[in-house]
Amino acid sequence: MGMLGNLVVVAVLLALIKPVRYVYNNFLPEKVLHKLVRFWDKVFLAIIWIFAGMTVAALGFIIFHVLSNGLPHLTIPGLFSFDAPPETVTLIPAIVSTFIMVALVLLIAVPLGVLSAVFLVEYTGAGNKFVTIIRSAAEVLAGIPSIVYGLFGMMFFRVFLGLGMSVLSGTLTMSIMMLPLIMRTTEEALKAVPMTYREASFALGAGKLRTVFRIVLPSAIPGILAGVILAIGRVVGESAALIFTAGALLEPRIPSGLFDTASTLTVHMWQLSNYGRFMNETYAAAVVLLIIVLLLNALSAFIARKFSKV
Amino acid sequence: MTGNIDISVKDCNLWYTNFQALKDISMEIEEQKVTAFIGPSGCGKSTFIRIFNRMNDLIEGCKITGEITIGGKDIYAKETDVTVLRKNVGMIFQKPNPFPMSIYDNVAFGPRTAGIKKKTVLDEMVERSIKQAGLWNEVSDRLKKSALGLSGGQQQRLCIARALAAEPKILLMDEPTSALDPISTGTIEDLVSELKNHFTIVIVTHNMQQATRISDKTAFFLLGEVVEYDETTKIFTNPTDKRTENYITGRFG
Ligand SMILES: Nc1ncnc2c1ncn2[C@@H]1O[C@H](COP(=O)(O)OP(=O)(O)O)[C@@H](O)[C@H]1O
Ligand SMILES: [Mg+2]
Repeated sequence: MGMLGNLVVVAVLLALIKPVRYVYNNFLPEKVLHKLVRFWDKVFLAIIWIFAGMTVAALGFIIFHVLSNGLPHLTIPGLFSFDAPPETVTLIPAIVSTFIMVALVLLIAVPLGVLSAVFLVEYTGAGNKFVTIIRSAAEVLAGIPSIVYGLFGMMFFRVFLGLGMSVLSGTLTMSIMMLPLIMRTTEEALKAVPMTYREASFALGAGKLRTVFRIVLPSAIPGILAGVILAIGRVVGESAALIFTAGALLEPRIPSGLFDTASTLTVHMWQLSNYGRFMNETYAAAVVLLIIVLLLNALSAFIARKFSKV
Repeated sequence: MTGNIDISVKDCNLWYTNFQALKDISMEIEEQKVTAFIGPSGCGKSTFIRIFNRMNDLIEGCKITGEITIGGKDIYAKETDVTVLRKNVGMIFQKPNPFPMSIYDNVAFGPRTAGIKKKTVLDEMVERSIKQAGLWNEVSDRLKKSALGLSGGQQQRLCIARALAAEPKILLMDEPTSALDPISTGTIEDLVSELKNHFTIVIVTHNMQQATRISDKTAFFLLGEVVEYDETTKIFTNPTDKRTENYITGRFG
């Protein structure tokens, strides 16, 4: 009903636009028309401001809520101790696990994704069937909910390949999940590199390989990095796919190797909140997550600025 | 006053898929002279000049027939190494297109492509090329700065320096001043007159005054054909073909 009602309202408004325009343009004196136009301009500007304000307010509220609930419990070194006694919470293992996971995922997904994109953009002609298939596959992959990746990772890496609940299973699952994202952003970045750069390089006697790796890819780095940082954010924030593959311990420990289980900060936070007993620590973990995400944003802005200069 | 023939074209035809862009062109271009291509836009000037460094190879569906030799060698022969050809035949494009890297790295790109790694050699080549392009006084103190910070005219001279650093024998210029202001245009024209002492230069221009100012010979193109090709003074004072006369007197075009 709600949806249908909205549609009807929009349809009526759209249907009215033409006749109203007609009346405006033909029957109103110039002066009145100008006033009306200016009036509506102001109304729409106000609406835009209200919506923009709501977005900012929502963000502000979330940040305020997390900080006010979490900051008081962000005890140092308490939450950051390396050998916490049993029954107390430390975030260190989860933080370390997060960094390990991010690093490993990038190690796999970035080269693979970037090279695939290079192949698609630089080495196959437009309208190639093969490319169309790969591209739509990537699109489908990008749209799959993360829990499905989690189930796939559990069935394939954990059980079928026998990798168990481990850093490796989690990393491989997340890598597959990040591949379409990295591919997509890299493709866009490569396509945005002006044709004239390639022409200039070829005209100087450079071959395809040199042109791609010395000219095109470096010019695309800011765009690629934007995708990488997006991917980092996704790995940091992921829970469902990792709970099934890398593990979710209430008292996580720093993984001893690729085949040990590991809980990232987000997964750990989910576990803490499940127990109810650790709400304060949950909020404190949220603060840490927030800080990591904000740092990532700052980093991406910094990198973009640094590269756009040269 | 004919010099040595550097580029020779016999019965050249070119198709973009089904569209024939060049028709039966034969032409001989002399060494260390400036040869200008003029004609209305879309008549095939760019297409023709890009034959000499095989840039048309990059276009899908482009087919070329005829015999094109440079220094007596068939550049479309099977054994021709395109990268070597392009090293010997430098190209300057309509819009300045420096790479988004430092001035130094731009100019060093050609030599590095050729495998030169020694810093002293590279330094020397970079300096010599930038000097040759008349840009040294303006950039010698900021070689490590981005090339994109230069003005349009400076960027175009940097592109010339970059082409020169690859040590070509021929320079192709496709409307090199059409994106520049009059002063930068004048600087580049002076530069071309100077460079012709060392290089064979082929220049496409939409500007007929420019052709008269800097070229020795001029070819007038129309609809994919060369209507007339002769000494520049002859073309502009006493053209043989009526169509050439109409074009240079501005009666169409
Ligand atoms: N890549 C291409 N594919 C198809 N047609 C092209 C291509 N490039 C140029 N043409 C056509 O070939 C003709 C000659 O173009 P061009 O050589 O660029 O002319 P000019 O440089 O004299 O303005 C034009 O009709 C143009 O539309
Ligand atoms: Mg052209």
